[in-house]
Amino acid sequence: MSVETVDVVVVGTGFGGAIPAYNLAAGGASVVMLERGPEMATEDFAHDLQVGTYTRYVDLINGDGVQVVAGNCVGGSSVVYFAASLRAPSFVFDRTGSTGRRRLWPAALTRAELDPWYDRVEETLPVAQQTWDDVPYAGGVWAAACRNAGHTCNPVPLAVDLPRCTNCNWMLSGCRFDAKRSMLLNYLPAARAHGAQVRPLHEVQLVGPATTPGYRYRVDYTVVDPSDYRLVQGAGSIEAKIVIMAAGAMGTPVILQRSAAALGGVPSAVGRYFSPNGDRVSMAVLDEEKLGSVLGLEREPGVAYEAFHIGKPIGSMSYDFLDGRLPEFERFGLQQIYFPSITNVLPEDGTGAEPQWFGVDKKTLSARWRSWLTVLALTEDDNEGVFGPPPPTGNFVRAAPTASVTTLSYRPNAATLRGWERSDAEIRAIIEKDGLGRHLSWVGGQPSLSAHPLSSCRIGDDPATSALTSDHELRGSPGLFVTDGSAVPTSLTVNPSLTIAALAERASVAIARCAAEAGIAVTAGVPAPGSA
Amino acid sequence: MSSDAALSRRRLLQIVSAAALTLPLTGLRMPAARADVLPRSLDAETLTLEAWSDTMVPGEKRSPDDRAIAGVAAGPGAVQAGAVDMMRFGPVGLAPAVPALAAGLNAEAVRYAATVGVLPDPTVPPFVGLPFEHRTGLALQLLDTGRPDQLVWYGLAGIAMLAFHTAGHLSTPDAVRSGHPGLAWLDFPQPDADGLWRYPVFSYRRRLARPHPRTTRTGQPA
Repeated sequence: MSVETVDVVVVGTGFGGAIPAYNLAAGGASVVMLERGPEMATEDFAHDLQVGTYTRYVDLINGDGVQVVAGNCVGGSSVVYFAASLRAPSFVFDRTGSTGRRRLWPAALTRAELDPWYDRVEETLPVAQQTWDDVPYAGGVWAAACRNAGHTCNPVPLAVDLPRCTNCNWMLSGCRFDAKRSMLLNYLPAARAHGAQVRPLHEVQLVGPATTPGYRYRVDYTVVDPSDYRLVQGAGSIEAKIVIMAAGAMGTPVILQRSAAALGGVPSAVGRYFSPNGDRVSMAVLDEEKLGSVLGLEREPGVAYEAFHIGKPIGSMSYDFLDGRLPEFERFGLQQIYFPSITNVLPEDGTGAEPQWFGVDKKTLSARWRSWLTVLALTEDDNEGVFGPPPPTGNFVRAAPTASVTTLSYRPNAATLRGWERSDAEIRAIIEKDGLGRHLSWVGGQPSLSAHPLSSCRIGDDPATSALTSDHELRGSPGLFVTDGSAVPTSLTVNPSLTIAALAERASVAIARCAAEAGIAVTAGVPAPGSA
Repeated sequence: MSSDAALSRRRLLQIVSAAALTLPLTGLRMPAARADVLPRSLDAETLTLEAWSDTMVPGEKRSPDDRAIAGVAAGPGAVQAGAVDMMRFGPVGLAPAVPALAAGLNAEAVRYAATVGVLPDPTVPPFVGLPFEHRTGLALQLLDTGRPDQLVWYGLAGIAMLAFHTAGHLSTPDAVRSGHPGLAWLDFPQPDADGLWRYPVFSYRRRLARPHPRTTRTGQPA
């Protein structure tokens, strides 16, 4: 029996998968997308914290020293992201890391080089500029506190249909109102309109050489049970001339590690140099009286704030420390953010005594939940993360439906810790100036909690530290590309979705050229979705 | 062999051990009603899990002779919020391991008591028999990130806290409407009639800070 063949297999359907899938399908290639998660309809995105609802498509993955939040559904993390759509500052592309010797990004890549691709993504999603009328209360409080401390603060550009948005603050659960511009609303339907197939619940296990003449790679997958992803309902293979890995930074390096023998080896940089994007979350409990008397805020008569739960999760951000004149590791974005109460286990209670994150004092703190404010510092880490040997199947071990464990370990080094200390100090200075509130650390989890897993299979010019060429091709494996967050060389000091998307757009041109050379009738440089 | 590789193998073993806790039972296809909470009784296991939950989010005693709840804080705690129900809630995936975890807590309580020189009340399970400060002391030991089994105890702690802070074993709209003690403690807002949240009024609608001078035309950092 012959194996199924197709021009292009795309592993994953998030930003990194949907964008090249669209470009190649629109260019004329046959495309199959394999997605390990389920396909959710808009009405499936319930406003519900009951385990078994959002946990069907949001994974919390525990590593050693790091916890990662990632999407697990058609549309990938774009379905559960908070839609902050920011371009990486210019200095990011010149980062050298703590070695200080060699630029980590390919020489061909600068902010100016990427700007046209950012433009294209912003027009396609599309990205909206929030005015101050659009910034929810929590973002307003952060902006006013920044101003009070002598800092600037900007409304954050969002991939959100602002008039349609209800400010429900349930973005981690997807968007019930089709207001958040995930891949479900743009690139994926456009790819499907050009014939691309999306196959949910197909978990890719291995990439190896094809057996069909004229095809390069065989992709082996299992079909998982929708009610328990640990149970296998079937298995299969598909062969392709081009394979695009976009399983996310928690998936792509693991699949490639497992495929090393079958592929005749993979670069040593696969599974190394992981970055949690320098994410550093902390929070404040605010003094409502001071918000009124010092900042002049009033939400309704007699109430200054008490609105932690209202809004879009990301409202405002200070760009003051995104300054290329500052030393590397001392540059960071400071962003107001909201997480649902599933993260309430994490903040310290503020007493400085044990126990720090549970017990009587923590409960007392929780009674002021509406006066909390969460701040995300997006710092420059040093790509210290390393994946251990891959598990037998899957991207990580699902110990229980709600407990996933990865072989990833992360130990922040002195350079990263310096960035965390600097950003902590700046947030504390802003929050505690004039007694606006009390700055509290997140101590109830791993040292690093990231919703922005990056690198571990990155583009670059140095084969020792980058698994991919500047065109996103895996070194030593012609026609095998990586276009997801794992290809991003460094932390970005901003939320990474727009950069992942822009890089995927840029890579799509090179992939299409490679596909044409492999005999696929495909045109490079097709119009963006909706623009033709 | 590098120490990195050795560490990774150790880590993998930890993961497999954690998985072994629940995986042998995953082949059991529970009926559709598996999401239902298992029967609850005030047996030694339940008392132990309640005492652990009360250590995480302390509450007031349900009655003067309540043994599981230490009664060190006013208002409801994790027990009242349904922590033990959540530990046994099918979709969480911990239910098969719950008896072993309760037994483990009691074994650890015996070890702890001997180490610090306290005598647990012998009329109740050892963890329940510890005074509150010693329940906390043991919890701090079990939740120390240096322990190889820390992830297991962290999971049990997390569920107790999630029961209080999210009512994770219940439909959130239903839980809020029915006055779930934890969500009420947070002053979690009420949903609209259709079980969804919407905030038509959400912004101060004022310019509250000066934007960065190098902001691009489209609001981006330079």
